[in-house]
Amino acid sequence: MELIVQGIIKAFELIISFDAEVMGITWLSLKISGTATFISLFFGVSIGAGVALTDFPGKRIVISLINTGMGLPPVVVGLFVTIMIWRSGPLGFLEILYTPYAMIIAQAIIATPIVMGISLASIQSLPANLRLQILSLGASRLQMAWILIKESKLPLLAAVMAGFGGVISEVGASIMVGGNIKGYSRVLTTATVMETGRGNFDIAIALGIILLIVAFLVNLLLTQVQQRQRLR
Amino acid sequence: MNLFKNNKWTITLLIVAVLVIMGTANVFAAPKQKNIILATTTSTQDSGLLDVLIPLFEKGTGYFVKTIAVGSGQAMKMGEKGEADVMLVHSPDAEKKFIEEGYGVNRRLVMHNDFIIVGPAADPAKIKGVKSSSEALKLIANSSSLFMSRGDNSGTHAKEKTLWKKSGIVPAGQKWYQETGLGMGQTLNVASEKKGYTLADRGTYLATKKSLALDILNEGDAVLLNIYHVIEINSSKWPKANARGAKAFADFMVSKKTQDIIKTFGVDKYGSPLFFPDAGKKVENLGK
Repeated sequence: MELIVQGIIKAFELIISFDAEVMGITWLSLKISGTATFISLFFGVSIGAGVALTDFPGKRIVISLINTGMGLPPVVVGLFVTIMIWRSGPLGFLEILYTPYAMIIAQAIIATPIVMGISLASIQSLPANLRLQILSLGASRLQMAWILIKESKLPLLAAVMAGFGGVISEVGASIMVGGNIKGYSRVLTTATVMETGRGNFDIAIALGIILLIVAFLVNLLLTQVQQRQRLR
Repeated sequence: MNLFKNNKWTITLLIVAVLVIMGTANVFAAPKQKNIILATTTSTQDSGLLDVLIPLFEKGTGYFVKTIAVGSGQAMKMGEKGEADVMLVHSPDAEKKFIEEGYGVNRRLVMHNDFIIVGPAADPAKIKGVKSSSEALKLIANSSSLFMSRGDNSGTHAKEKTLWKKSGIVPAGQKWYQETGLGMGQTLNVASEKKGYTLADRGTYLATKKSLALDILNEGDAVLLNIYHVIEINSSKWPKANARGAKAFADFMVSKKTQDIIKTFGVDKYGSPLFFPDAGKKVENLGK
């Protein structure tokens, strides 16, 4: 218990003093997870909408696969990404193992099915008649898809939050493909693991608290946007 | 929340934030060929030694070192696959095999410290004062006292297996013998929490001691020497490896300046050094 109090005090010390290393780690966490979420948004929403709006044989299997992907274990993603991009791997020529780029790729792979699954479900839950209505007003299929995506803005923002929350708190893949290199690929979660290993529990708790604060602030911003939409 | 009154404004802010993030993403890129991948043990990282040495090396040479802290076993596996350029490890038998099989070259002695058996102060197996470390393990086994093993093919784990072999006991599968599969720092945490014994390198133990309820119960046996070597990867086998960088780092590790830093590292904080510099010495003469 005392340790937690110490950790909280340490967290505020680190925040108030603008500790250069901790600030760098926090900013890097935001950059990597933010970029990964942005990428996952593009693939997740477009493919999710595409699957929701087209009928094809085996659609249920595809949806089941996407839903399973929402629980993709980060370490498994990390392992596969590592094998793909290490020097002797098929993408080894890129030389991106142990870089923030590799972390963005791994995190985007983790977040994409989450965003995809939620956007698929939200577009499917729109009344079926709406589609017919839009089409009968003379919209093309692409225009229809766009209107439907706009219609489900609320759950889509939830998808962004879920995706971002999933990757910024993830550690298994990040440590594997990023390597937890000081000042370069060390993010809040990997630093927490390392400080725990070093027995610096107060710093580990402090980093955990900073992670929670960051996640809260990002979600606060997104929720503001989301709830504004609802009031209109 | 006046700030968020205007919806368009908030969305614009959000987009700007994302663009700024994406824009600064390019700053990540470290120059190529200047990168060295150093595969090393958790003990060199957990003790904080590399945090002191790496910045010095980078400043002096302009190289950028990517330190991947894993067990010695995994570090050498990385070397075997050509995924590391240089290794700082402490598993002599495995290292010799590594060199013989042609994966690495230029193996050089860097430093040593020693392994210790730590456990709860109550010492239920009564190993305190026992000279031989394999004898101490025997007592732990006979009293069925909890022993935490790294279980991760690290240098420490390899040493532990040698000691068990010497004691004539097969601990695997026994109820009192548990494997953590974690690094040294975390295994010490687990042993402390579960009131178990474990084998640790002195450096990590001293560096993390303040948060542990573990005492040194067995030390000083000659077999407990913990010897670190630096190995460069064989670039004729792995042309993609950064051989020049690897050599520069290995040279740095055995240079006089670095060895002097190792000699005093930790003295101010822990009262005694965590590692003893050995560059240029012979392994047979260590600990004498």
